[in-house]
Amino acid sequence: MEVKVLQDILSANDGIARRNQNLLDKHGILTINIMSSPGAGKTSLILQTISRLKQKARIGVIEGDVASTVDADKVHKQGVAVVQINTAGGCHLEANMIENALNNLPLGDIDLLLIENVGNLICPAEFALGEHKRAMLLSLPEGDDKPYKYPLMFTEADVVLINKIDLLPYLEFNIPAFHKAVIGLNPTAKILQVSCKTGEGLEDWFSWLLDEIKQTKSRYSQEN
Amino acid sequence: MHELSITQNILSIALEKANEVQASKVTKINLIIGELSGIVNECVEFYFDLISKDTIAAQASLSFHQPPIQLRCRSCAAVFSPNNLDWACPNCHEAKIEIISGRECYVDSIEVD
Repeated sequence: MEVKVLQDILSANDGIARRNQNLLDKHGILTINIMSSPGAGKTSLILQTISRLKQKARIGVIEGDVASTVDADKVHKQGVAVVQINTAGGCHLEANMIENALNNLPLGDIDLLLIENVGNLICPAEFALGEHKRAMLLSLPEGDDKPYKYPLMFTEADVVLINKIDLLPYLEFNIPAFHKAVIGLNPTAKILQVSCKTGEGLEDWFSWLLDEIKQTKSRYSQEN
Repeated sequence: MHELSITQNILSIALEKANEVQASKVTKINLIIGELSGIVNECVEFYFDLISKDTIAAQASLSFHQPPIQLRCRSCAAVFSPNNLDWACPNCHEAKIEIISGRECYVDSIEVD
């Protein structure tokens, strides 16, 4: 006998992600899922964001890595609340890992939660965590053809940061072609050119974040 | 790349449904997994054999239906399948596209005794 099921294989994850988002909404916490390949600059972006915004917003960080606490240690030195998740070989974060991490964060004292996903351009795009926005970084050495190789990641991102822009004179990265490819897949994506090393272009990222925090807070105060 | 967790979900969805209809055995699971989902069928089969061993879905066969990638041009509305890395519309040559098929990832049905 055949029995129809028609159930999404990731529905269990999506359910937990919705629960996470409700909890974050209850506390008025803007949550950003930061994704990229390994070495594109996720941790540098988080450190820059903490250093620039910590006077304006209370920041929390969830660090996802296959192993080690190297990144969490760097963030901890900045004096913000951080939880390290080690996926023990897993190629992405899942919503249940975030649920556990949220139990270990002082949610009443956070305005902005940055989640650093595992470095990978494929799997993280499939798994909702409960975030409000998705930011992805692509660094110049990776090449401008990546939107066609990893279309899902670029389709899902709210903000695409082109990082290591200070290397542009040394590399053959076609910025207009990259813009065209990203906007072709994702017409509402915001594309920023930044260098987490020199700080170039990061003001646009900070002001986008501050604006989103403000919107989250006003939603939160209307609901409470 | 994350076939183990995918396979665990497939097994639990199948067992839950089988339980609902009071089946004694799951003989087949029909899956719809699009080309863009990046899932390697052989990996799912390998894990499935391991984790289903002590359940009523042990030895169930897995059938994979893989819908191809289909794109729709946002400029001229043409629907096409991309040719390798070329995601531009073959009709109007714009690269403004939306993915309409290929992302599927669900359990379509189970066959039970």
